[in-house]
This record gives sequence, structure tokens and C-alpha cells, in this order.
Amino acid sequence: MSLFSKLAPTTGQPLYLQLMQQIRHAAETGALRDGDQLPSIRTLAEELVVSPNTIAKAYSELEHEGRLELRQGSGAFICVKRRTRSLADQVQASRRRLRELIEQLREDGLLDEEIRRAFEAELVYPGEMVRKR
Amino acid sequence: MTNEVVILTHALSKSYGRGEAVRGLNLSVGRNCITAFLGRNGAGKSTTIKMLLGMIRPTAGSGTVLGKRITDAEANRQMRQRVAYVAEDKPLYGYMTVEQTINFARSFYSDWRIDIEKKLLLDFELPANRKVKSLSKGMRTKLALLLAFARHPELLILDEPSEGLDPVGIEYLLRTLVSCSAEGVSVFFSSHQIAEVERVADHICILEKGCLLMDASVDQVRQSYRRIDMVFPAPPPEHEFRILGVETIKTAGRQMSIFASRNAEAVVERAQDLSAVSVEVAPVSLRDVFLETVREN
Repeated sequence: MSLFSKLAPTTGQPLYLQLMQQIRHAAETGALRDGDQLPSIRTLAEELVVSPNTIAKAYSELEHEGRLELRQGSGAFICVKRRTRSLADQVQASRRRLRELIEQLREDGLLDEEIRRAFEAELVYPGEMVRKR
Repeated sequence: MTNEVVILTHALSKSYGRGEAVRGLNLSVGRNCITAFLGRNGAGKSTTIKMLLGMIRPTAGSGTVLGKRITDAEANRQMRQRVAYVAEDKPLYGYMTVEQTINFARSFYSDWRIDIEKKLLLDFELPANRKVKSLSKGMRTKLALLLAFARHPELLILDEPSEGLDPVGIEYLLRTLVSCSAEGVSVFFSSHQIAEVERVADHICILEKGCLLMDASVDQVRQSYRRIDMVFPAPPPEHEFRILGVETIKTAGRQMSIFASRNAEAVVERAQDLSAVSVEVAPVSLRDVFLETVREN
């Protein structure tokens, strides 16, 4: 499996961090899915020709982040559960921003009905309102 | 686990006549790590390694390898059973064939692994019936490496293991080092080829004129060493930049270039306070770190 590319020794970033990014990226793009097994520390170390400690550190840090599950004796497995949780966090944050925006529009004198129409129009026909004006 | 050490020296020194080859070396090499021992030719790397192995006697100081005192003959004999060593000059008997050499070495060690021996013989493409004296330099190196790798030692000490190897051979050597490390073998190897060390080493020690100039984790070096190039509206005051972590400052008119072992952010902040027109921060390769560190000294 050559999912991971050679790590660059001169980018000023520790190799384990580069590997973590590659694994995260693979999980985010769906190249690796929930439950997929990663190569053993030894296999990946030999493939990338880096110290086994580099792989071990990347795996253990990803485990702390909840993106990887290390099972004793059987290897490392991708965990995507945490992703959905972080998505939920994002939605929460965007609702806070929406609330602030709505508050502002009300202060500008718009009625709730007008705000709703504006939102719907923007979602369904983005840019249309601007053109009318 | 990584706190445990396989090599520990205290004020280890060696003089030849008036010349000091190694001066007050305090070295600590961690278990289960790949440690690179870097230095220019004649920096004292081989002398240090030979002292560790009990082949030459220190003039002063002490040390242990796998907990065994290096100056105690009996302790040394026990230690050598658990350490595999590839010498700088790769001494082999010229009149023996490759096969005879391997058979000869195998008879000394209880930790010999035939499967690895066979695999390496194939991978290294060593001619079994060729006499050692007619081997090329690269092939001699490969044979010497085979004799060390075919064992399963606790510690592998290699003195300039890549000498005479072509890029394919070096890549194979590094991969083999990685495999050994994955099996729990601690690796200590000297080199003056930094590019080959850069990927596989966990830790680097830089020796210059018999003194240890740097002893650091490679991650730490990558993360904290930076070069900062700045341009100011007027010639900048150097003293403003003499802060912790700034190793060298070069100024040419309105331009300034700083080599920092840490604290790059603080340098950038100062540059902004002095209304720098341009500030560029770039990572530094291990090669540049080595050159700067050695030059400064």
C-alpha cells in the first residue's frame, strides 16, 4: 500500500507531523474509511525509510485525537467517529454567527419575515437579490 | 523506555601525545532509538567508537555500554556478545571467499540468524565464491554490514556504514537500519553524510574537534531551527537581535540574516517593532544546521 508519500526532511516540520497530516487528509477525503487498517509500524517505517519511532509517534498522537484506534497486537485502525462530532461543533459555531447576524439585521430595522425571505432567496437563488438591486 | 540509555560516557577523553582526539565527552544514547553521530573527518568519531568498544583505552573519563564499564576487560567481553560493530576500515581477511567469511563469522555468535544472512546475501548481490581481496569497496562494505546485520544484537554500532555504497546501496542500508530498529535494536552510527541521516535518525550528536557541539532530537531541530531574512528601512541595530536562541547575525546594509536555534517568533516580533520592510522565515535543513554549528565553533 503506497497511500503515503515520502516525507520531506527539509520542510522544517517534524516527520511525524507530516505523516499525521497525510493520514488525516486520507481520512477526510475518504481514501481511508472508518475501520480501515493502517500498515504496521515496521512496514510503514520500511516503506518510507524513516525511524519506526516516527510512525509510532504519529499513530499515538492520532489516537489521542481520536482519529485512530490502536488495538494491542492487531494494529492501527481509522476512526471517523470523531469527524462527525467535529462537524457538529462547526454547525454549532455557525448557528452562533447566524444569531449575531440576525440580531444585527433586526437592529437595521428589518422584520423577521423579510429576513427569512432574504435568507431563502440567498440559499435558493444565490446572487439574485444583488442583481435586482 | 526511551529514557533508558545504551551508551553513557562521562568526561571521556583521549589524547595522542599533545593532540586531543576526544575532549571531555558526555554522551548519552537512548535505547530503541536511531542515533546519528555526525562530524567532519577527524572530528574524533572513530576514536570515540573504539573507546566505547574497549579497543583503545581512554586517557581520562569513564563510560558504559549496555551498563558495562568500557575499561573493564571482562565486562567488555560480555558487552561485545550483545553489540554488533562495523568498523570504519571494514577489516576482512582478503584470502577468504565471501562464503568462507560468513561461515567464519557465524561460528562466533549465538545470536546469528541464518534467514537474514541468506536474504542479505541475495539482496546485496554478493558473489559467494569471490575472494574478499578482489571485492570492490562497496561490496566489502556490504559484506561487513551483512556480518553485523545477520546477528540480533541489542545494540548496533556502525562507523561510516555507507562508505563506498551507491545510492541504491545506501537506500537499502537505511531500510535495513529501520528494520533492525523496528525489532528493538538500538542503533548508533557515525556519518559525515547528512542527507542520509536526515530521514532515519531520531537523535543527532554533532562532534567537532573532539567536543560534543550538539545533542538533540531531530524533531526538535526541525521544529526550532530557522533562518530569518529581513530588510529594514535603515541599517538595523544588531544588538537588538542578540537574544536567546540567535546563533549568528549577518548584516549587510539594510539587510539582516539571522540563524536561530529557537525563538524565531521573538526575532520576527523585533523586526516588526523596527518596521522591517520584509521578513522571511525559512526552515533550515540538517545540513545547514551542521554547517552553521561547525562553522561557529
